[in-house]
Formats: sequence, structure tokens, C-alpha cells
Amino acid sequence: MRYLPHTSEDVAEMLQAVGAESLDDLFSTIPKDCRFTGDLDLPPAMTEWDLTNHMAELAGQMAAWPKCKVFVGAGSYSHNIPASVPYLLSRSEFSTAYTPYQPEISQGTLQAIFEYQTLASRLLGMEVANASLYDGASALAEALLMAIRIARGKKTTVAVSKLIHPMYRQVVQTYFDPTGYKIVELDYLPDGSTDLSAVAGMDDLAAVAVQSPNFFGCVENIQAVSEAAHKHKALSVIGFTEPLAYGLFKSPGSQGADIACGEGQSLGIPQSYGGPGLGMFAALQKYVRSMPGRLIGQTTDKDGERGFVLTLATREQHIRREKATSNICSNQGLCATMTTMFMASLGGTGIRKVARLNRDKAEYMKSELKKAGLEIPFERPSFNEFVVKFPEGYESTYQKLIDRQIVAGIPLECHYPELADHYLLCVTETHSKADIDALVKEVTP
Amino acid sequence: MAKEISELTLQDDVRYAEDHEWAKKEGDTIKIGISDYAQDQLGDIVFVELPEVDSDLKKGDEFGTVESTKAVSELYMPLSGKVVAVNEALPDDPEQVNKDPYGGGWMIEIEPSDPAEFDAMMDKDAYLEMLKGL
Repeated sequence: MRYLPHTSEDVAEMLQAVGAESLDDLFSTIPKDCRFTGDLDLPPAMTEWDLTNHMAELAGQMAAWPKCKVFVGAGSYSHNIPASVPYLLSRSEFSTAYTPYQPEISQGTLQAIFEYQTLASRLLGMEVANASLYDGASALAEALLMAIRIARGKKTTVAVSKLIHPMYRQVVQTYFDPTGYKIVELDYLPDGSTDLSAVAGMDDLAAVAVQSPNFFGCVENIQAVSEAAHKHKALSVIGFTEPLAYGLFKSPGSQGADIACGEGQSLGIPQSYGGPGLGMFAALQKYVRSMPGRLIGQTTDKDGERGFVLTLATREQHIRREKATSNICSNQGLCATMTTMFMASLGGTGIRKVARLNRDKAEYMKSELKKAGLEIPFERPSFNEFVVKFPEGYESTYQKLIDRQIVAGIPLECHYPELADHYLLCVTETHSKADIDALVKEVTP
Repeated sequence: MAKEISELTLQDDVRYAEDHEWAKKEGDTIKIGISDYAQDQLGDIVFVELPEVDSDLKKGDEFGTVESTKAVSELYMPLSGKVVAVNEALPDDPEQVNKDPYGGGWMIEIEPSDPAEFDAMMDKDAYLEMLKGL
């Protein structure tokens, strides 16, 4: 499917067909006070080469590889992407992978999404994954709304861990503000995991949501979360920002999760200065009809040949209007395809090996920092991120390092005011031992 | 291909609602389902979502959804009452609604709270007239 802009002749022909004299005439049913008049406030048009320079200048303001050594994850992770991924993705069949409105005509697109769903459910240990949502934050918000839907609106409170990515919690708040549903935050324990004790005293609970590994990089006890939720007939919602961790740690599905949802960027999608992402969303089969988004299924055609169909889209907005399960009527086709190619290129063994490498390198840096006399305040096991408490006045060292193109973590104080001088650091397979040793030397008090 | 009106099965012993639900008196309770016209218009039904037993519902309230390969449609209470039973077989065997809309495809059984509402529903002839006007 190709997208070409309309020429003025096309526009004139279409206007004639519908019997409108002009575009203004066509839009005349839109009330005047809803329409924008005047010129759009846009800068003058640039030439192609001016625009390229402009974009390069903007990009140059960012601390990114390879110019900088960046020890930051916090929701966006630097990982090696096999050359097969960008090569395959450059094929035009994939690079215009929007699901068309007569989806079955695009068997290749549907098959790619079907493979994505299969790999996503395997990695997360869940029974069914949808064709993807936009990003990890909206996936979490959708999961919580789904839990309330499953409770048939009779239970309208969700318990959300404070160790879920702070920006994801903001997105959840935005989704929930107009609904009247209630969000209760669960505090964290000194070991860096979510304190579930408050769940016991809550009624009206539709879901308990934690992230694992959480925002401090700590692996949560998902089994305990699921048990606490199920005791209240609430759903266990497990979020994530770093799904590669499940190459090494137990999957949400194997520990009682009802819904697993989060960000898929780390599986083969470049960081791209912050976007786009991939909302991964998986659940138990029994909840499939309450799930947002769409689902591709495998079937056989009249000749007995394998084929793919849009199995579940009947609950989407374009069919069901205000009764839709979600406002998300599309998926991240291109990013989901990238992730599929990444997972298929690495295979189960490869994913495990890369995950192992992440964990080992992060553990190495952790132990070197401890040797250097720095404090690692949270003792829960971690994957490729962890919190370090630096001595008072570290901020000036941090700034000096940035001037030298080294980003030594992100400060946590802006999200957790009680955590002054605490920084979240990330190490992946893309950091060499020399990078790690150099950083440790720089930050040793 | 949708059925012609003359091909529809419209039973005498049930009453009909404008939204194409039917209601049938069985002693003190009333069974509710959807008409042959409704199942025919929806096409192959793949899922039926029913309310919880003991729900108190008013005439016009949504009591569930029926999903065909084409669309999801809401089911509306043709009269007020308390749900005393739901057809537990439907979630696993939703095709019953297509095959036998007035028998095995029944959806819920209620204790009516206002028997006059039943009497106000259309009989077969009135329903047939309404269908002809559609």
C-alpha cells in the first residue's frame, strides 16, 4: 500500500464527485467556532539541505552514542541491533506496514504481526498477545482500564506501584482523570521492591500493577504480587520497560500475571532520540475479548492453505464507536515488525545470551563501584540498571562528566524527593569493560 | 444472504421488542433471547457476553453483548427484572443463537418486576408489521 499526496487535479475531481465547490464548502458542516482561521504559525519552508543541517543541529544537542558514553536506561535502552533488521525492514512491503482497512488483502503484513504476537507471548509467558499498542505507558493505562472492564465496573480502584516508571504513572493519571476511577500508589520497601502490605486493607480493587524490573532496576517478586492481587479477586498487571530481562528472569506469565504490558523498544528498535516505541500487550486467553487493540489469527482458506485474518477487531472504535474497548484502533506495525525481526534473528538462545551479558556487565560495574566505596542502597536483584548513592556534592562531578561527553546515570531526586544524591545507572552489552572501568575511575570519591 | 421476511421463523408464543429481543413467559419467570431476524442480520455469532445472575436490570438497560464476525452489538432488556439464570452453554456454543434462536439460543431468565411491560410488548403480527416497515 502506498501513500501519495493528492494533486490539485485529484482534489478538484473528488470535490466534483461529492458536489462540493471548494474545500471550505466541503468542511462547511464543521461549526465556525471549532475552525481555525488565519495562517498557521509555522517558520518559513527550508530547502532540503537546510533542513538536513537543522535536524543534525537538533540531534547534536542530545547526548547520544557514539559521541557520548551514556550510562542511562530509565525506559530507553541502547542495544546492538543485528544488521539483518534494518536490511529486512527497508523492504517496501514492510516499511508501509499499516494494516489496511481490508486487512486480509495484505497477507504478508498479517503474517508479520502474527509472528510478532507469537514471539511476544512466548517471551512474556502469556497465552495471547495483541498486535501491539503505541508505547509502554499507554499499554499500562489500557491494561488498568481493561481490569476495570473485567470487573464490570463494579470495582474501580487500581493499586499502582511507585516504582513504575514515573512518566508511565503520569500517563495513567491522564487516562484516569476523566473517568472517576481511583489510583492508589503503593510505596516501596528499603530493599527496592514494592510494598504490598497496603493491598491487604483495600477493597474495591480491580488491579495491582507493578513493573519488573522496576524503575530502580530491581526485579520484583511477581509471584507475590499476583498472589496479593488474586486474594482480592483483582488482576495482576505486570509492566516493564526492559523486556530483554525476561530472556534471563522468570516471565510474568509463569508467575501468575493476568496482563503483561510494557515497552518493546529494547527489542531491536533504535532509541531514535526518544521515539517511537512499541506497546507490548499480552493477557490470559480468558480475557481476550476485554483486550484493547487487534489480534491476528491463523486459519485455513477454502483450498486448505494457511492464511491469516484479522481475528479480533470487532471491539474497536471504528466499528463500535463510543462502546469500543479502547480508542486505540491501530498498532505500531513497523516497530512490531522490527521487534519480530530482532527476536527471530537472535532466537531464544541469543536473547538469553544478550540478557546474560547485560546482567553480568551491570553486576561487574556494581561490584567495582562498591569496591570504590560507593553505596548501592537497594539490595534486590537487578538486571542492567541499578541505583547508586553518591556522596554529597556529586552533582558537580556529574556536570563535569557531561561536559566530557559522559552521562553517568540520571538523578532520581526530581521523581523521588527523598532520594537526594541517588542516581540510576544502566549498563548494557554495548558498554565495553574499558567504558565501565573509565566511569568507575571518574566517579570514585 | 439475509433471509426474506417470509423466510423468518417468528414464533407465536413469544413477545417481541423493537430492538429484536424476544421474551417468553415460563410460569413466574420470563426467558429472553434474540429473534430469528436479529440472528440473521448479525451473521455467524462467535461470542455472547451475559450478565451476572442476581443483576437487577431495568427495561432498556444493556444486559450483554453479542459478537458476530461483523460487529459487536448490545443486548437491551425488553422488560425490567432480576436475572435468575443465564444460558451457561452459550459462551462455549454461541452458534446456538444462530441455529435455534428461540430454544437453545435463549440468553437470560428473569423474574419480571412489572408484568405490564410484558403485555405491552409486540405480538408476532405487530412485530412482522414492524419488520416490513424496516
